[in-house]
Amino acid sequence: MSNELLFGLYVFVLAGFLGHHVIHRVPPLLHTPLMAGTNAISGISLVGSLVAAGAEYGTLSTILGFIAVTCATINTVGGFLITDRMLRMFKKRKDDRVARGGRS
Amino acid sequence: MITPFSYLIASVCFIIALQALSSPKHARRGNAIGAFGMLVAVVGTLILNDIITYKWIVPGLILGSLIGASMSIWIPMTKMPERIALSHAFGGLAAALVGVSEYHHLGAEISRFTTAALGLEVFLGFLTFTGSLMAFGKLQGILPGSPITYKGQNASNIALFVIALVLLVLVVLDPSRSLLFYAMGVIGFAVGILFVIPIGGADMPVVISLLNSYAGLAAAATGFALNNYVLIIAGALDGTSGLLLSLKMSQAMNRSFANVLFGAFGKVAAPAAGTGPAVGAATNYNQATVEEAVGVMEAAQSLIVVPGYGMAVSQAQHTVRELAQILEGRGAAVKYAIHPVAGRMPGHMNVLLAEANVPYDQLFDLDDINDEFARTDAVLVVGANDVVNPAAKTNPGSPIYGMPVFNVEQARAVIVLKRSFNPGFAGIENDLFGKPNTMMVLGDAKKTLREITTHLKGEG
Repeated sequence: MSNELLFGLYVFVLAGFLGHHVIHRVPPLLHTPLMAGTNAISGISLVGSLVAAGAEYGTLSTILGFIAVTCATINTVGGFLITDRMLRMFKKRKDDRVARGGRS
Repeated sequence: MITPFSYLIASVCFIIALQALSSPKHARRGNAIGAFGMLVAVVGTLILNDIITYKWIVPGLILGSLIGASMSIWIPMTKMPERIALSHAFGGLAAALVGVSEYHHLGAEISRFTTAALGLEVFLGFLTFTGSLMAFGKLQGILPGSPITYKGQNASNIALFVIALVLLVLVVLDPSRSLLFYAMGVIGFAVGILFVIPIGGADMPVVISLLNSYAGLAAAATGFALNNYVLIIAGALDGTSGLLLSLKMSQAMNRSFANVLFGAFGKVAAPAAGTGPAVGAATNYNQATVEEAVGVMEAAQSLIVVPGYGMAVSQAQHTVRELAQILEGRGAAVKYAIHPVAGRMPGHMNVLLAEANVPYDQLFDLDDINDEFARTDAVLVVGANDVVNPAAKTNPGSPIYGMPVFNVEQARAVIVLKRSFNPGFAGIENDLFGKPNTMMVLGDAKKTLREITTHLKGEG
């Protein structure tokens, strides 16, 4: 087994444990933003797409890379924006009245 | 040197972003940090020497940003499950296409290990792509929400899985067998479709979480193939998050993972419920008018609202909030009881109520509020069904027996807003509707709530 692979597996397993710890503490209140947020983060496959689209490996690679860049960008940009939009809505009772600006 | 360092920064930012989600107070800032990390990683990649031309990159980035932004800014909150399903589809497709491109480009020089990683990436990527599109179709109503089943379904699905696995092994043994590699991708495509069509709409929270997990694992596989640690870390985080959520959702329904995936719930459940003892209760339903419901609410000093998917369908969250405000103005204490699987995705109800400006300290989990029903004057059930069905506690013959549900029947009075007497999504009779302290107000939830608030305003 190559060192690179072994190293990658270490990183994967440790990140998985870390993820378990961190995600476990997310309250059900924020489960939808969690899904949207992890989705934005998994858009990191964008970095792989960028290389495929820009390295001039050949026409097929470039076309696939272009589509992949587009899809991954939709996820990252859209994912972070919609997570922010959702999180902006969660307010405590106190700041509630201020935020509503006296409406109704 | 700069590029790997930018990936390290990105990894740290992603972990901080997820950590911040443990409380709504700092979550927004965490999300911004996550976005910053992504920007750093992208810039760090763009300066790589491998990248010769930006001719295709720049249009892709612009097009993706435009689509992503418009999908996020204008989409109504009630459509959030559909939105999330679509983004899983994009994530899966991106991973799969990168995998195909990489395999095609590497050609003969490919190592066995890289082949294995690319194979998994392409298989999981296409599976996530089609599976998420199916989930989207079901949520959107393009496809029937009820399970689509046929004879030998589970056996043939498992057979497909095994074939894909065999193909993967064959390709790894001889990476030049490109036809087999692409065949595996096609099977991933098919498996995504076939695995999701037998799953009913009410089980969507589990499926969406699981697809979230697959999208993450596909990204992690990309990381192994490209030897890129930020991809491995982000993929592992996303993978565990999705897995953990889907396990939590299954638990909240008291069903095993396997049962959700292979049980075709709803289809098999309907005839089983028909033979149960609950049948015939329909004649005892206590139908009430809006005026009677208003009378109960006027007298109530405490009210608990139990929202369900029906609230999302009729977009009643703002009207619910308005009603709660009126009652609070009269001195009543109002709380909201949120079941983990209410709606079509984890946390669906919380987001809708937050959108309607309900403060989050009024939203309570199953365990935190279930003892309070016995001390509560009135419960308002808005478009929820299975999560308030006492049969889950009392009737071993019920398909949802054992599922943790709200003890709404212990409250002094229960007002149920429902479109019709038809059983809910899973086709299960609800014993609650026949209880003497239950009042059924039929009609569109939003319209009924409007009438109630008008009455309360007029008399108050």
